[in-house]
Amino acid sequence: MAKSITVDDLDIYYGDFLAVQGVSMTVKARSVTAFIGPSGCGKSTFLRSLNRMHEVIPGARVEGKVMVDGQSLYDSAVDPVAVRRQIGMVFQRPNPFPTMSIYENVLAGNRLNAKKMKKSEADDIVERSLKGANLWNEVKDRLGKPGMGLSGGQQQRLCIARAIAVEPQVLLMDEPCSALDPISTSAIEDLIHELKSDYTIVIVTHNMQQAARVSDETGFFNLKAAGQPGHLVEFNSTQKMFANPDNEATEAYISGRFG
Amino acid sequence: MATTVVAEDAGRAKPRLGDRVFSRLALVAGIAILAALAAVFIFLAIEGVPGLAKPAEFYGSASTFWGYVAPLLFGTVLAAVIALIVAVPLAWGIALVVSHYAPKRIATPIAYLIDLLAAVPSVVFGLWGISVLALQLRPAYAWLDDHMGWLPFFAGPASGTGRTILTAGLVLAIMILPIITAISREVFAQTPRLHEEAALALGATRWEMIRMAVFPYARSGMVSAVMLGLGRALGETMAVAMVLSAGGGISFNLISSSNPASIASNIASNYKEGTPGKIQVLIATGLVLFLVTFLVNFAARWVVQRSERRLAR
Amino acid sequence: MSVVEAPVRPAPEAVSFTAAKLPRIAPVLVAVVAIAAAALPVLLLGWGLVAWVVLSALVFLVALPVWAAAVEGRRGATDRLMTGLVWTACAIAIVPLASLLWTVVERGLPAINTTFLTFSMYRTSLDQEVGIYHALIGTLLITLFAAVISVPIGVMAAIYLIEYGKGNRLARWITFLVDVMTGIPSIVAGLFAFALFILILGPSARLGFGGSVALSLLMIPIVVRSTEEMLRLVPDELREASYALGVPKWRTIVKVVLPTALGGIVTGVTLAVARVVGETAPLLLIAGLTTRTNFNVFSDRMTTLPVLIFTQNANPGVAETPGGTPPGIEIAWGGALVLIVIVMVLNLVARIIGRIFAPKTGH
Repeated sequence: MAKSITVDDLDIYYGDFLAVQGVSMTVKARSVTAFIGPSGCGKSTFLRSLNRMHEVIPGARVEGKVMVDGQSLYDSAVDPVAVRRQIGMVFQRPNPFPTMSIYENVLAGNRLNAKKMKKSEADDIVERSLKGANLWNEVKDRLGKPGMGLSGGQQQRLCIARAIAVEPQVLLMDEPCSALDPISTSAIEDLIHELKSDYTIVIVTHNMQQAARVSDETGFFNLKAAGQPGHLVEFNSTQKMFANPDNEATEAYISGRFG
Repeated sequence: MATTVVAEDAGRAKPRLGDRVFSRLALVAGIAILAALAAVFIFLAIEGVPGLAKPAEFYGSASTFWGYVAPLLFGTVLAAVIALIVAVPLAWGIALVVSHYAPKRIATPIAYLIDLLAAVPSVVFGLWGISVLALQLRPAYAWLDDHMGWLPFFAGPASGTGRTILTAGLVLAIMILPIITAISREVFAQTPRLHEEAALALGATRWEMIRMAVFPYARSGMVSAVMLGLGRALGETMAVAMVLSAGGGISFNLISSSNPASIASNIASNYKEGTPGKIQVLIATGLVLFLVTFLVNFAARWVVQRSERRLAR
Repeated sequence: MSVVEAPVRPAPEAVSFTAAKLPRIAPVLVAVVAIAAAALPVLLLGWGLVAWVVLSALVFLVALPVWAAAVEGRRGATDRLMTGLVWTACAIAIVPLASLLWTVVERGLPAINTTFLTFSMYRTSLDQEVGIYHALIGTLLITLFAAVISVPIGVMAAIYLIEYGKGNRLARWITFLVDVMTGIPSIVAGLFAFALFILILGPSARLGFGGSVALSLLMIPIVVRSTEEMLRLVPDELREASYALGVPKWRTIVKVVLPTALGGIVTGVTLAVARVVGETAPLLLIAGLTTRTNFNVFSDRMTTLPVLIFTQNANPGVAETPGGTPPGIEIAWGGALVLIVIVMVLNLVARIIGRIFAPKTGH
């Protein structure tokens, strides 16, 4: 069951440095939400705070509330490991595990919880996930080969397959196409469209056209000024954002007048 | 101003001569290193080869060179293996603490303390080994003899001085700990952040992340760290010469004084009363040690170079 | 585009992020209980402090994962066990270091005074004072000459590798063999010098310079490696800027590249000196042992500090009072303290130099 995410007045700090300030929004279930904005405005940082991946960076912490389907992510009883299992993530650069085969890469997350899996069960998961990531037909004959042997776009789809193999509720994508060529990018964009029926997807992108193509709703992040924290300028349906944004800064950014 | 002077210089033939001389000098220095390595082998061979086939009385109770060197080689390897068994898990643990467990402000002092261990001269380790560690271990050896005596390693009788091959191995373990830690720490820290995050984003705990992302990436580095540690342990002289009270022949009994010396410590303790003939025998054993350590180091470096090439995609 | 089957997913309702977890103070709690539990047999059976610490650690390492296994499951338990183990490894490693430093200071300090540092072991009657002055001089001179041999060769070889060789076959071999050379046992280096000089000077050859040759064999690889690393840090733009001014290559290296990397090179050399200054085995073989102060490295035996420590410990003599410490042992510990101080100071100096020059190399 895909989940909706409600964020209420969230601040993110690195040590004493306030990186992102006062973000509030609701991400709808089974939809694609895109974050756009200039570099360094905190959109990736914010994305990471949605599955507590920012905690990997020493000194990073948040204040405020993130509720996923009514449960607070930052409750003291919440286990970040359990959170990341439910909220998967795909990174800027494809990062399949270099020593694992394609098959093992897809199963990497599942193996954590079930040491012993029936062969047929494992085969099922691999096939389902690779099909889900539009990669099955390209790799079904070489599942035992290393994942690093694939092209960049295929690697990224392998990473998506790996993320959906554990059946998360939400899929976070941090500029998933920034390291890919246009053809691979369009393959991933098609995939995002298909995944939307099962997952809540949040995607950070540098590419405004991409946001316009894939997303249902868009959030625009910006810095208040150089050295100031990033904040959410506007959050609206993608159609409205690109046709008739409420905020002047949004319009300026989208029409290419800055950023 | 400066440019004109230089330009004038460049026009004449002299700087070109300087260039030639300088590059030749650099080349000579490089070749000198190769020559030095070859010289080590050649001179050890010149002085050592006659030691391979001396009359039987030069080899003590053994009657041939190989009969003489075999127990020493066994002692060398045994002490080194004990050292590895103890040091490797510790070193990997410490390296993980520094690279992945401790926050930076604790990790730096820990790394510094371990480096400090590397700075302690081996003769001081030896001194500490006999007068502190050996004494502290005596009750432990007595206990092992009483309760674990059914194991061949602890058959006893327990040494009264504590100066056994196990003590020597433990001192060696402390001495090789820093080098294994330093190399492992470096390869652990080089694990690409991407792979670590990939594991964490799948819901891995810290240990699972280390198993999925860090160990596979660092495997060859860890192997070569162990082999370099082994090379160091095989060649270490003073700590073994001072700590181990050698005697007897080949034996796996670790807690009594029935184990042979190592090649290096045997040289250090016997060179003084050596006649020229006996010295040649000792140099021949040194040649054996040189070849063994050379092979181990060669293999270790080969593993490193190969993996560097593989990872430098 | 292939026809894709929609992934069929069993939909787990109401997924929880709150995996059962031990309270945050669980490790502290278990530690306290473990220490208390271990105290019981220690008190009953009269074991020592060491046994108490070991037993507490064992109880902790078993109890916490078992509790975690009951509450958090297998994965949480494994994670906690490994966390406990790696930290234990750290603690174990600190113990010998602390013990060693403490012992050296405790037993070495009483021996040290001005007599100890300024007198040699040479004496004409038994009631004269002795000291380690001759060994200090020997260590100083032999190390100095080792540095004189290895620094030019090491630095020039590194220059060849970085500036001229640039990865050709010879350079690759030199790099590889330098790495292999770092692993040569010091006793082998000593045997080499020994074999070399008895070939030249006859079987009873003993001289300080032989020790320098042996030590330089150990120093050169360290100098090459550190210099190489420093030269690599010098940005190519600097070299190109100099070439663009028409400066010949060798003057570029001498006037631009080396000065930029100087701090790092000095650090490397200092560390190399620190590494060989405590070497014993090669000097035992070729530099020999004497009680007098010898200022000439090219002839006669020369005592160094490590060799003195070794031989004094091996032949400690007889204590003045029965049951007291033999004089040789006292000298050995005093010498060990002096040696450790020298090595630590060298390391400290190297670090300070490294830090001072660090910004220049753009690190």
